[in-house]
Amino acid sequence: MAFFKRVKQPLIPKIKLSGVSKSFGSKNVLSGVDLEIFPGESVVIIGGSGTGKSVTLKCILGLLTPDAGRVEIDGVDLAAASTVQAETLRAQIGMLFQSGALFDSLNVWENVAFSLLQNQKMSRRQAREIALQKLAQVGLSAEAAEVYPADLSGGMKKRVGLARAIATNPNVIFFDEPTTGLDPIMSDVINDLIVSTVKTLGATALTITHDMSSARKIADRIAMLYQGKIIWTGTVKELDKTDNPYVRQFVAGSAEGPIQMDLKA
Amino acid sequence: MRFQFINMMGRVLLHFFQATGALGIFGAKTLYHCFVPPFYGKAFLRQLIEIGFYSLPVVALTTLFAGMVIALQTYTGFAQISAEGAVSLVVLIAVTRELAPVMAGLMVAGRIGAAMAAELGTMRVTEQIDALVTLSTNPFKYLIAPRVLAGVLMMPVLVFIGDILGVCGGYLIGVYKLEFNATTYLMNTWEYLKPMDIVSGLTKAAVFGFIITLMGCYNGFYSKGGAQGVGRATTNAVVSASILILIFNYILTELFFNV
Ligand SMILES: Nc1ncnc2c1ncn2[C@@H]1O[C@H](COP(=O)(O)OP(=O)(O)OP(=O)(O)O)[C@@H](O)[C@H]1O
Ligand SMILES: [Mg+2]
Repeated sequence: MAFFKRVKQPLIPKIKLSGVSKSFGSKNVLSGVDLEIFPGESVVIIGGSGTGKSVTLKCILGLLTPDAGRVEIDGVDLAAASTVQAETLRAQIGMLFQSGALFDSLNVWENVAFSLLQNQKMSRRQAREIALQKLAQVGLSAEAAEVYPADLSGGMKKRVGLARAIATNPNVIFFDEPTTGLDPIMSDVINDLIVSTVKTLGATALTITHDMSSARKIADRIAMLYQGKIIWTGTVKELDKTDNPYVRQFVAGSAEGPIQMDLKA
Repeated sequence: MRFQFINMMGRVLLHFFQATGALGIFGAKTLYHCFVPPFYGKAFLRQLIEIGFYSLPVVALTTLFAGMVIALQTYTGFAQISAEGAVSLVVLIAVTRELAPVMAGLMVAGRIGAAMAAELGTMRVTEQIDALVTLSTNPFKYLIAPRVLAGVLMMPVLVFIGDILGVCGGYLIGVYKLEFNATTYLMNTWEYLKPMDIVSGLTKAAVFGFIITLMGCYNGFYSKGGAQGVGRATTNAVVSASILILIFNYILTELFFNV
């Protein structure tokens, strides 16, 4: 073995999508998505409503199986991995669902501490402590911790979902519209939280958002999804200088341009 | 015309096989996860209480009245051939072999099967099941195995209690309405009591418990399409469980008593 000197390896992407396609019945949602996300990087996906951003995340997580193409996490194809391997991969992933997806049979802190209680077999006391700390980070008090999800406002649900996603200090985090439904100040608190989470944990983050100010703040790189493909990627600086008409229209938020909303009944 | 008919029949058959296959795989997966750790004790305990304890009143009432009505009808029938003495025996056999398991099965299918389908269905459409997976918890282990295990264990307990209450119902009618001698009635019941009657009833109960929870979980787990889909899942769970209970009741009776 000594004959082989270790050559400096090229950086392996943490997450790699190649040619991922997904249709529902006759409806083609993704048609060949290619995307690489490197360790410690924060990537934001932007794109119109209904273009398949959430579907992309679910394909990466293995909640949906792509019709074609590969999804690799740490170089491992999740679809081909054994159950045990898939579970260990997933254990290092945190996910905030667009709808929150809180367990309504458990109260707020039990939701946040779910993984700590069920998988890490932590004592309830210790788990509650961590949950309260994570809740505080998203601006929720200890009072809210005992409430059941059904009695929360939309924005509060989102923040609980966020606290649950980061509770285990995962090293890959997916955020599906973390600031939708929050007031501007809370949005900025959440942006800061995402940035600091990525920095302090050294985590890799993939965020979906429509909120351009949020995207500018948290993104190292931005990718735009349009008609089932990633049509543009670049840094925030490049975003302002690009002459890609689709991106420019999206960023400007203008109804005039190449992207036509299908408004016919 | 004829081809259309064959075509349609083929499609129905294919659909049937596909559904049975999917259910079979679901059942096999469930069984596997019932016996392979990790186990979720608290979830299991909650289901034990939900299925066993809270179903008690419904099961008790239905079996009590079933025992009563059997005593009454047997008397009116058997008095014509002067065989009133058979009332206690008929009550005993009818209740332990058939009535208690089937009544309890149908009642629990309505209560528990529906509740499971609705709960899991709602969890499915609100992405809670997806969330479980991302929290590296296997939904089969956390949601389904505890329910099915609790159903298989608690149904025999419920039916055993139902057996006792059904026989009590027969006794009440026999002694207070038909004016049999209390001691003789009890002696008769005791004398005719055969372990096989009880055992067959309890075995049926365990099978019905499996059917009820499996249909509830299966329909809920794969429900889609929002509130309407959850409603459909709930109906399907109860209807399919009830039909299967009656079919398997017949099959098990054939197997046990081999008439
Ligand atoms: N389970 C499913 N079954 C059928 N169609 C689906 C399913 N999930 C998503 N779709 C369809 O896929 C398309 C993309 O959905 P997706 O949720 O990914 O949109 P999105 O980009 O996240 O939009 P938004 O910004 O509004 O959240 C939609 O047209 C949707 O109808
Ligand atoms: Mg979405």
